[in-house]
Amino acid sequence: MKSPYNLTEQSFNRKLKNKFMKFIFAFLTVLALIPLFIIFLHVIKSGINAINYDFITQLPAPAGQPGGGIANAILGSITMVALAAIIAVPLGVLGGTYLSEYKGGKLSSVFRFVVDLMTSIPSIIVGLYIYSVIVLPMKGFSAYAGALALALLMFPIVVKSTEEILKLLPTNIREAGLALGIPRWRVIVSIILRGSVPGITTGVLLAIARVSGETAPLLFTAFGNQFWANSLNQPTSSLTVQIYTYAISPFQEWHEQAWGAAFILLLTIFIFNLVARWLLLRNKNEYM
Amino acid sequence: MNKDSKSNILIIDQLTAGFGKSEIVKKISMQVTEKEITALIGPSGCGKSTFLRCLNRLHEETPDAWVHGKVNLNNKNIYEKGTDPVFVRSQIGMVFQKPNPFPSMSIYDNVAAGLTIRGIKKKTYIAEAVERSLIQAALWTEVKDKLKSAGTSLSGGQQQRLCIARALAISPPVILMDEPTSALDPISTAKIEELLHQLKKEVTIVIVTHNMQQAARVSDQTAFFLLGELIEMDSTKKFFTNPKDPRSENYITGRFG
Repeated sequence: MKSPYNLTEQSFNRKLKNKFMKFIFAFLTVLALIPLFIIFLHVIKSGINAINYDFITQLPAPAGQPGGGIANAILGSITMVALAAIIAVPLGVLGGTYLSEYKGGKLSSVFRFVVDLMTSIPSIIVGLYIYSVIVLPMKGFSAYAGALALALLMFPIVVKSTEEILKLLPTNIREAGLALGIPRWRVIVSIILRGSVPGITTGVLLAIARVSGETAPLLFTAFGNQFWANSLNQPTSSLTVQIYTYAISPFQEWHEQAWGAAFILLLTIFIFNLVARWLLLRNKNEYM
Repeated sequence: MNKDSKSNILIIDQLTAGFGKSEIVKKISMQVTEKEITALIGPSGCGKSTFLRCLNRLHEETPDAWVHGKVNLNNKNIYEKGTDPVFVRSQIGMVFQKPNPFPSMSIYDNVAAGLTIRGIKKKTYIAEAVERSLIQAALWTEVKDKLKSAGTSLSGGQQQRLCIARALAISPPVILMDEPTSALDPISTAKIEELLHQLKKEVTIVIVTHNMQQAARVSDQTAFFLLGELIEMDSTKKFFTNPKDPRSENYITGRFG
């Protein structure tokens, strides 16, 4: 009779199974990545021809005319996203810190619920809301309104990512601070927050990347502009709205420019994501 | 040394503590002699760590925690109304079970943290305190050329000595240690035990340990805890050679725990 403990045969079977499962997982991963690569390739292929010096330094050309660029949209996007970050990042970091460091209270569970709700509000509704409370009373579209809408979307993302990063630090780090005779708020500011700067920055970069791609909240807040906006109080062009406008137009030149703008947008978001990942990996050993 | 020549720096009177409805520490009274090492031993869950954390008012930072009773530090009750726990903790330092250097801080900044974060600005004073503490913690020769490297880049045993240096930097008269070597290898443990012998010339140490041999090696006094009660406290020599309570004897002979 064959011994039930035939090691060579068992280990051969085991290795075969192992190889098979490994192949299945690798195959599924590749399958999941295919759509991403198709989108990337398509945007690069369609957009790269539109990119030239004029494209990133000139104003849009009148409809039907060749040439022109999207410089105003690039500047508009940068302005509004930066303004949104200035509003949302400090508030978001404070909120996330509150949730992570003062978790016991009733207020914090209400706040956590509200933030979770905010994360799931459709962005078009945020746009509508800002339209009704800012654009209508001020009688005009503006970069302010656009930035405010983006800030509303950014805030819950920054809160959540800050909370998650701070929670990674073990409780005994906080206790070590307290045990040195440091008041609680100073422990939070000088030890917990200071020690989490790379992680918080990563969260902020991802939030920026996320709202850079938003179109709906800008449609009826910043609206769009074929020219430079002279102040933050004027309708302002953005990459996403520009892509939208160009893509639904009947003109072939504009279609190509929409792909060009899409390429630039995708590249920017990609770079933000890369930097965020790099920051997190570089400081990996801090979070154990 | 004759025990009578030293005073009791900590006098604990009827200390009871717990979380919510459960009582973890039950009416414990004991005295801690100045510039000696007092070891708290006992099986897991006997309340020795909770008791230790009451001595620098860290226990109350946990949600639901409560404390009754008195802890006199140099004849002043640290639980008296109006006493700032932040001040208490500046007088009674603490070293934890797992080495916990502050993240994103250099070795130097870690040791200086207790001074700089509390607003001391004088650079020469801070530099002196950092060097003195690192020498006291027997870490100076290993790190003096890389004070700017991250505290987390050190090995586990070095990190624990860094945490001891951090506690020493603010010159507290008492340091509490909560199983400081349980996460370390035998060589690092031996280094820390040796360090304790040096430290007790200047500070009073209360150490919680799981390891009876460690208590026997390093401490002057040993207190045995069981189910939240103090069963017996005596000089370490007497406690381990001639315990009075049968439960102490059972524990040190390894019959339970």
